[in-house]
Amino acid sequence: MAQATPNTQKSKSRIGKLVSNVTFWRGVVAILVFLALWEIGAQWKGWFGYMMPFVGKVAPPTDVIAIWMEVGQQPGYWLSWWLSSVRVFVGFLAAMIIGIPFGLAMAVNKYFRGIFFPPFEILRPIPPLAWVPASIIFWPTTEMSIMFITFLGAFYTIVINVLGGARSIDVQYLRAAQSMGASQWDLFYKIILPGTLPSIFVGAAVGMGITWEVVLAGEMMSGGGQQGGGGLGFFIWGSYMGGVMDQVIVGMISIGVAGYISSSLIRYLGHVCMPWRRMF
Amino acid sequence: MTETSILMEVKNVFKAFGEDWEREKVVENLNLDIKRNQLTAIVGPSGCGKSTVVNLLAGFESPDSGQIMMEGGAVSGPSKDRLVVFQETALMPWLTTYQNVTFGPKLRGDMPARSLKEAADRIIDTVGLREFKDKYPLQLSGGMQRRAELARALINQPLVMIMDEPFRGLDAMTRQLMQEFYLRLCEEEARTNVFVTSELEEAIILADSLVVLSNRPTTVREVIQIDLPRPRNLNMLSSPEAYDYKRHAMEMLHEEALKSFSGTESGSDFLKSYAQQP
Repeated sequence: MAQATPNTQKSKSRIGKLVSNVTFWRGVVAILVFLALWEIGAQWKGWFGYMMPFVGKVAPPTDVIAIWMEVGQQPGYWLSWWLSSVRVFVGFLAAMIIGIPFGLAMAVNKYFRGIFFPPFEILRPIPPLAWVPASIIFWPTTEMSIMFITFLGAFYTIVINVLGGARSIDVQYLRAAQSMGASQWDLFYKIILPGTLPSIFVGAAVGMGITWEVVLAGEMMSGGGQQGGGGLGFFIWGSYMGGVMDQVIVGMISIGVAGYISSSLIRYLGHVCMPWRRMF
Repeated sequence: MTETSILMEVKNVFKAFGEDWEREKVVENLNLDIKRNQLTAIVGPSGCGKSTVVNLLAGFESPDSGQIMMEGGAVSGPSKDRLVVFQETALMPWLTTYQNVTFGPKLRGDMPARSLKEAADRIIDTVGLREFKDKYPLQLSGGMQRRAELARALINQPLVMIMDEPFRGLDAMTRQLMQEFYLRLCEEEARTNVFVTSELEEAIILADSLVVLSNRPTTVREVIQIDLPRPRNLNMLSSPEAYDYKRHAMEMLHEEALKSFSGTESGSDFLKSYAQQP
């Protein structure tokens, strides 16, 4: 009991903090105002007999929510969430696992940089979507080709950020550590790695955004249906082909929510891994 | 009597930077003795190559010719025996004050955990940062950062502490407090110190011997023994002896600083207007 009390107090205060947080309410109000404007714009024709440009052609949020309720009962919709998330996660994880060491190796070793940087820079401007045909040939399944272009989307951004971050570490940290007796390995592990961490998280946040963009386009283009199956991109494309515009909007907002959850996770991870940056 | 034999010897050191066709001599014919348990202050006109001298002493750079000897052996690279406290703070931003202070001993693993903790706590107390030991550098004020950096160097018990304009960039008040603090620290426990600064008064009040460097390519212009009594305080700067040291060193520094103005038209204009001043 004695231990339980401070715990409940803490969780209470956390919710209390959120409720009394002005920034939180500002965000809530902003979203509500946005929805209200959208509703008014979309209903304008019915109410006043004149069609608002752009927004007048879109279903109002009340309709979208109604459709969403319906769609939310179909397992296919949640399967799409799951499939897209897995593709993003696998591609992104592979990009981190390969990209971080690759970027660090280029940062610390001039021979490695000399050999790998030029080809890397030539490959980097090629948009991931241009890789779709090649990746379909490369990989045995559509699923793997989609994951591959997802990987490419995040990879270049992560590498560039890691390389730039590691190379901009102040030489004084290295010198200070050296004169206290640091070996080459110590310099890498205790200075370069923590010093690059902020850039790694910047790269991860940007890369995650690109991953979502790419996975959807990949699903649309590879017609994700037969082998790869579903995914939110295919959900949108399928709804569009079926002429169900309301459902397209449901798909679009789903992606927005998925992207927001992903970047929140990365921010939270950055918060945990970099306590010295918490005061910002 | 504390021992004041020679600990480091700089012999005929020459150092230049750049490619062959535009090689610039920075240090030429530099001879210098660093004595044990003394504070050797080094002053020189700005841009004369003070930082290069620091890098040479620390072992970050090696001389093109000549030698830097320490206890009979040649200096061949950085070592914890010659620790540098840098111009701007070089505390690792991702470590707390305590972690920064224990960085060196932990790295080398040459102190048992128990005595390391005791030593770290004692040194953090000495620099007055006990309440800030779990704070990150960015949460400390400028003066606290310098003290934390001092603590990080002191715990390694280096044979020589090399201070490269350690109080630069602090506001006047904090700088004065740091000077007083450092003076007390040096007088409580004898250490071998090389203190590089561009502030003449700071050099005079801290130093046992004051080395005045010439303009680029830099060499020793004169070594002045500062015989102000110890313990010292900043008020002594207004004593006649201190004034004499200051005037003498100032004249040399002016001469050297003006050399970098000669040779150009605007430079000679400057010299002329300078000479007309009463």
